[in-house]
Amino acid sequence: MTYAIEISDLKKRYEGGFEALKGINLNVEKGDFFALLGPNGAGKSTTIGILCSLVNKTSGKVSIFGADIDKDFAKAKQYLGVVPQEFNFNVFETVFNVVVTQAGFYGISNRVAEERAEKYLKQLDLWDKKDVQSRMLSGGMKRRLMIARALIHEPEVLILDEPTAGVDIELRRSMWEFIKNLNEQGTTIILTTHYLEEAEQLCRNIAIINSGQIVENTSVKALLKTLNQETFILDLDQPVSDDWHVDGYSTKLSKDLSTIEVEVIKGQSINHIFKALDEAGVNVISMRNKSNRLEELFVKLIKG
Amino acid sequence: MSNSEIFIAFYTILRREIRRFTRIWPQTLLPPAITMSLYFAIFGNLIGSRIGQMGGFSYMQYIVPGLIMMSVITNSYSNVSSSFFSAKFQHSIQELLVSPTPNWVILVGYVLGGVARGLFVGAIVTVLSLFFTHLHLQNLFLTIAVVCLTAIMFSLGGFVNAIYARNFDDVSIVPTFILTPLTYLGGVFYSIDLLPSFWQHVSLLNPVLYMVNAFRYGILGVSDINVYMALVIVGIFIVVLFTFGLHLLNKGKGIRN
Repeated sequence: MTYAIEISDLKKRYEGGFEALKGINLNVEKGDFFALLGPNGAGKSTTIGILCSLVNKTSGKVSIFGADIDKDFAKAKQYLGVVPQEFNFNVFETVFNVVVTQAGFYGISNRVAEERAEKYLKQLDLWDKKDVQSRMLSGGMKRRLMIARALIHEPEVLILDEPTAGVDIELRRSMWEFIKNLNEQGTTIILTTHYLEEAEQLCRNIAIINSGQIVENTSVKALLKTLNQETFILDLDQPVSDDWHVDGYSTKLSKDLSTIEVEVIKGQSINHIFKALDEAGVNVISMRNKSNRLEELFVKLIKG
Repeated sequence: MSNSEIFIAFYTILRREIRRFTRIWPQTLLPPAITMSLYFAIFGNLIGSRIGQMGGFSYMQYIVPGLIMMSVITNSYSNVSSSFFSAKFQHSIQELLVSPTPNWVILVGYVLGGVARGLFVGAIVTVLSLFFTHLHLQNLFLTIAVVCLTAIMFSLGGFVNAIYARNFDDVSIVPTFILTPLTYLGGVFYSIDLLPSFWQHVSLLNPVLYMVNAFRYGILGVSDINVYMALVIVGIFIVVLFTFGLHLLNKGKGIRN
């Protein structure tokens, strides 16, 4: 099977001696929506940098759709589009020129480049800014410009490194809709993010990297199944008595006795809590997870 | 990449470089025009009229080829050094590094961008010089060959400078402390025949002397050195600098972690 990305025994030691990657192995399937998560300094950016030829690897093998990045670098690069974390376009160029120039670096003719630039700038709501110098754009617009630029050669794999950092909620949602559509059309997406709820909602498979090693590599579903305990917060329409509890469950009451925090262990049903509250004549007006489920697992895995 | 795709990538880099220096023309094209006009007016007209002849020509006629060459050297060098370093500084060089554009195309694209600016400024200075004196071309082919090869050589030098530069000071150190003295002592304003024997020999170690004299020979037909030796020296420098620049790019020096 040819994977979109195949990484084997990838190592990176920087000049100062710091070992950023200690021999990681990772496969990303074609058409996947894949999350690469990890704390700051874990090795995510180094891995992505090596994939995009911005960082020289120390050893190991990396292939993109079967094309080795050392032996067949031109083909490997054709498959890949990158949206980096930092803005890295020429700030004095116009929006249109940033995108069309990038197409030229991939050997795309000016006519095709201009057609595609119009298509992607329109899809990303930047067409009315096409003649504006890119330094004049807002942060969210700059990020969308980098997405348009990364798509100009219509890559098979799109890598997004923290694409929603500093982006407001509305824009983040529209950005994810756009990326989800791309994925549905067959583009493999690789995402790094600090917003773990994004990874939980969007991604099918996930790898967690810590201290230069992959500590987990599975599907999001399978990972969430390993969660032994979840904490729910229930908001009530009236206070309960201060000694209210349900046998077999760990509960915590708020000061005003109108909010309950319940720990539900894997295999337990939350129905008992609802039943007990119903018997007390109290209605639940809302319910939520105390923290993101993936976040709980992430913290657990990182702490070892 | 196919040959046509490689050509598009090369043309894209060259077009972007030309667009850059023409967009910021008050910084790139206007200053050499003003500076050289002042040189022509002060050194050529005012002081030159008292100096008399040099090499069988009026002093103004004698310094014009040198000043044109000085403009070509400084502009081709600074175009590549500042453009490539800015791309490094803003990280926009990553646009090229993630693309399949081969390294030699990146190098040739940037270098020819520098050559374009060097020749553009050279043409402006030549036109300005015609307001002060008349020029007759002794050897058109040699003149064009020397000016193009010199622009290529100094563009390559600017590229290597930009690769090693870590900050904007590093970009200006070489032009200020190496290039300017070499140019001023490279026979732009005088014939080395005027120097004592020891300094004549020292001057022969200066590569700029060969380029200025070869160019002057193309225009006026006079030179302090063997013109063909000049072409060989420039050719050797070009091969060495191109090979070194490409090696640095392949290694990722200063641009890849």
